[in-house]
Amino acid sequence: MIATALTTVVLAVLAIGAALAAWQSRRWLAGRPATVGVVAGLRALPGRYLVDVHHVVGRTPFNARFHALAAGGFLAAIGLLVAMGVGLAGWRIVWLLLAVVLAAMLAGSLMVWHRRRVVRPRELSQGRFARLPVSLLGFSACLLVVSLDQSLGGVMPEALALVLVAIAGLALADLVWGVWKGPLKHAVHGALHLAFHPRPARFHDGKGRDTGLKPLPLAPAEDAGLAEPGALGVERPVDFAWNRLLGFDACVQCGRCETACPAYAAGLPLNPKKLVQDLVAAMDSQASDAAYAGNPHPGRGVGNAHGGAALPLIGPDAMIHPDTLWSCTTCRACVQECPMMIEHVDAVVDLRRFQTLELGATPGKAAVMLEELRATDNPGGRALSRRWDWAADLSLPRLPAGGFCDTLLWVGDGAFDLRVQRSLRALVVLLRRAGVDFAVLGDEELDCGDVARRLGDEATFQSLATRNVATLNARRFNRIVTADPHALHTLRNEYPAFGGNWTVVHHTALLLELITNGALTVTRPVGRSVTFHDPCYLGRYNGEIEAPRALLDAIGVERREMLRSGLRSSCCGGGGGAPLTDVSGERRIPDVRMEHVRETGASMVAVACPNCALMLEGVVGPRPEVAEIAELVLAATETAR
Amino acid sequence: MHNVAVLLSIGRHPVSGRARRAATDAQALEMALALRPRRLTAIHAGPATDTEALRAYLGMGLERLTLLTLPEGTDPIEPLIAHLRQFDPSVVLTGRQAEDGEGSGMLPYLIARGLDAAVVPDVVRIGPTNAPDAMAGAADLVQALPRGQRRALTATGRFVATIHPSAPPARASAFGPARRGVIEPVAAQATADLFLSDCEHRPWRPKPKLMRVKRGGSALDRLKAATESKSGKGQLLVNPTAEAGALAIYDSLVEQGMLP
Repeated sequence: MIATALTTVVLAVLAIGAALAAWQSRRWLAGRPATVGVVAGLRALPGRYLVDVHHVVGRTPFNARFHALAAGGFLAAIGLLVAMGVGLAGWRIVWLLLAVVLAAMLAGSLMVWHRRRVVRPRELSQGRFARLPVSLLGFSACLLVVSLDQSLGGVMPEALALVLVAIAGLALADLVWGVWKGPLKHAVHGALHLAFHPRPARFHDGKGRDTGLKPLPLAPAEDAGLAEPGALGVERPVDFAWNRLLGFDACVQCGRCETACPAYAAGLPLNPKKLVQDLVAAMDSQASDAAYAGNPHPGRGVGNAHGGAALPLIGPDAMIHPDTLWSCTTCRACVQECPMMIEHVDAVVDLRRFQTLELGATPGKAAVMLEELRATDNPGGRALSRRWDWAADLSLPRLPAGGFCDTLLWVGDGAFDLRVQRSLRALVVLLRRAGVDFAVLGDEELDCGDVARRLGDEATFQSLATRNVATLNARRFNRIVTADPHALHTLRNEYPAFGGNWTVVHHTALLLELITNGALTVTRPVGRSVTFHDPCYLGRYNGEIEAPRALLDAIGVERREMLRSGLRSSCCGGGGGAPLTDVSGERRIPDVRMEHVRETGASMVAVACPNCALMLEGVVGPRPEVAEIAELVLAATETAR
Repeated sequence: MHNVAVLLSIGRHPVSGRARRAATDAQALEMALALRPRRLTAIHAGPATDTEALRAYLGMGLERLTLLTLPEGTDPIEPLIAHLRQFDPSVVLTGRQAEDGEGSGMLPYLIARGLDAAVVPDVVRIGPTNAPDAMAGAADLVQALPRGQRRALTATGRFVATIHPSAPPARASAFGPARRGVIEPVAAQATADLFLSDCEHRPWRPKPKLMRVKRGGSALDRLKAATESKSGKGQLLVNPTAEAGALAIYDSLVEQGMLP
C-alpha cells in the first residue's frame, strides 16, 4: 500500500516534470540553428560533468560535497523508487538501500540548509532559491522515516506513513517545479548544455581551452543587390543560436561570476549573473526582470527592465541597458568561474556586434577610435611610420616580403605610447644582448584588430586580419614574439580562421628561455618584493601563468602572490575596449586591482601587458611601483662595467 | 523644411590620405537626418573613383544616395545645380570645405548663386523658427563666429547652409546599413575644370611657423619669447582704403624680415 502510493506519487511528479521540461525547451529551441554533434555530445556528457564541472565546483570543496550527497542521494533515491514501481517493492533490502541513500541526501540537504539559510553568502539569489533546502529536507527526511520503518517491517501506523509520503510528494513536486523556473532547472538544462555546448573544444576531451572568438560571416557587398543580407550580430534573444540560449537557461544563479567580475567589484553597472538572468527572462514573450531575486547591476534597480523573445535586448528601457553591455572588459573571469560552463563573453560580443555593425551605437570615444582605425589601420589615427619613432636610434632590422628571420617582433599599438615604448626598448636591448636573430615588420604592421573585434566591429577586424595574415604569410620566420598578450591571443587563436598559422610566443616565455639556456645571465638580482599581475589575455585566454613567475624567480625577486592570481586573476580594466567606452562606476577597476596589490605588501607590481601597465600606472599614488617584466629583466642582466 | 538636399563629398584622411567620409559633410548629413525632412536627397558629384567611401554616409542611416558620375577633371558645379533644380529643395546642406580636390570652399556660394538662394556659412544648428509672426517655412539658424561666438539668424525662403566643425558630431557609420544602402549612379555632363587642371598638385605639409629667435637673456625670457603671443601690439585699421591696407601689410612683412 505505502510502496504503491510512494511510487505512484514519484512517477506522477516525474512525468509532470518531464512534460514541463519539454514545454520549456520551446523557449531555447526558438533560437537560430546551430551545428552540434548530438551523439558525440551525449556520449561526452558524463565525462564533461565528472571532470570539467567538478573541476570548477571543487574549487569550493564544501559545495562539491553537498552536491555529491544531495544530488547523488536524490538521483539514487529516484532510481530506487522507480525500480520499486516496476516490481522490486516488498523487498526489505531495497527499503534499507533507499534509507541509506536518503540518509546521504539528508546530510547534503542539511549542508545546503546551512549554506543558504545560515551562512547566506551575498552572491546567492534568494526568492525561490531560499525554498530549495526546505524541499530537499522535506523530501529526504520524510521518506527516510518511511523507508527505515518499512525495512524494519512497518511498525508505524499506515495513516502516518501516508501523511509522510504526501509531504515528501509535495516537496518533490516543489523540486520538480524548479525544473520549470527554479533551482533545479540547472540540472536538466546544465546536462543538455554540457552535451550541446557551443565550444566543445574547451572541455578536457577537446583541447581543454577554447577562447578565440568565432568569425562572423560577412556576406560580400556584391551580394547586397541579389539577396538582402541579414542583420549582423544579436538584436533579440531569438537571434542567438539555440544551444547558446540553452546555456543561459542552465544558469543556477550561484553568483560565482558576480564575485569574480572586475566591473561588478568596481561598481560599474554590470553583474554577469544578472546579465545572464536578463537573457533568460527575455526568452519569454512578455518578459520582465521582476522575479529576479539576486543582486542587481550596481546602480540600477530590479524590476524596470522589460523585453521579450522577439524584442530588442539592448536599450535604455529594454532588458539590458547599454551601459551594462559596454562595462564588460572581456576578461573571462566569469567564464572561468562558471560551473555551468556558460560563455558570457561570447554573448557580450554578439550583442555588441549588432550594436556596432547595425546601429553604429558604439559609445564614447570607441566610435571615434574605430573610424580612425578604418582610415589609418591604427587606433590613434597616426601615420604607421610613426610606430617606430621610439626606435629611431636602435636601427631595428625590417623584414621585407620574402625575407627570413628567426624571430619576428610584433610590437603592437602600444608602440605609439610613451610608457609602452620604455618596455619595448628594454625588450629590444635584451634581444640584442642575447643575440637573438630578430626583425620587425616596419610600416607593414597594422593594428591586430583585437579592440575592434571586442567592440563588435567584426568588419574592421576581418579587414585588418586578412591584410596582416597576407603580410605575415609573405615572410618566413620561425616564430613571432610579442609583448602584448592581446596581440598574442589574436595572432595565435583568432588568425588561424583567416589562414595564419604560426608559433606565437609571449616575451615572458622567450626571456625565460633565454635565461634558462644561458643567453642572458642574471648579474644583479632584483631582491625586492614583487607581485605579479596576470594579464587576462595571457592567463585565462592562453593558460600561461608559469613562465612569468619562473622568470621573476630567475631574476631573484621575492615573489608574493595576490589572493586572486593566475587563472583567477582580476582584470586591470584595460581589456575589451573598456577604457574607450568608459562607463563610470563607483570606483575605477584599476583602483580595485591596486588594492589587491597593496594587500600583499609588495613594493612593486610586475606587469606583462601594455594595457595593464597603463591602467595600473594610472592609479594615483602613493602606490606600489609598476614595472614591465622586461624592464626588470633588463636591470637584472646588466653587465657590470 | 520638408525638402532637404545634402551634398556629400569624398574626404581624405589627413594622415593616411585614404578616402573616407568628409568630416563636415558627415555633420551636414547628421543635421539633415536630425531635421527629419519629408524628403531627403543626398548627392555626390564626381568621378567614379573611391565611391565605396560614400558607403560611410549610407551607414549613418541614409537609404539611398545619388551619384552624379562625372568625367575626371570636370567641374561639378553645373551638374549639381541642374540636378538640384529637379528637386527644388528648400534647404541645401553641405560641409564648409572639401578635404580633397580644389577644396576652396567656393562650391556652396556658386550653388547658391545658381539656385538663386541665400547662403549661410558656418551653421551649427538649424530648427524650425519659434517666432510667432514668422513666415511658414522660415528657419532659425545659429551661426558660428570666431572665438566661439554664436549668432542667431532667421532664414526665410530657400538657402544653402555650410556646416561648421563645431556643429553636433556625426553619428558613427555602421557596417550593416552601409552595405545595404543603395548608390544610384546618374551619368551627367560637365565642363572641364581648367583652373584645377592648371594647378600644381603636391603633398600637403604643415605651414612653417614663424619663430622669432631671441638670443641671450635668462631661460625664462627665452621661454616667454618662444611661447607668449604678442597681443595689443598690432595695428587696427577699420574700413581702410585698399592702398592703406596693402601698405600696412607690406610694412609688417618688411618689419618681420620677410621682404627686403
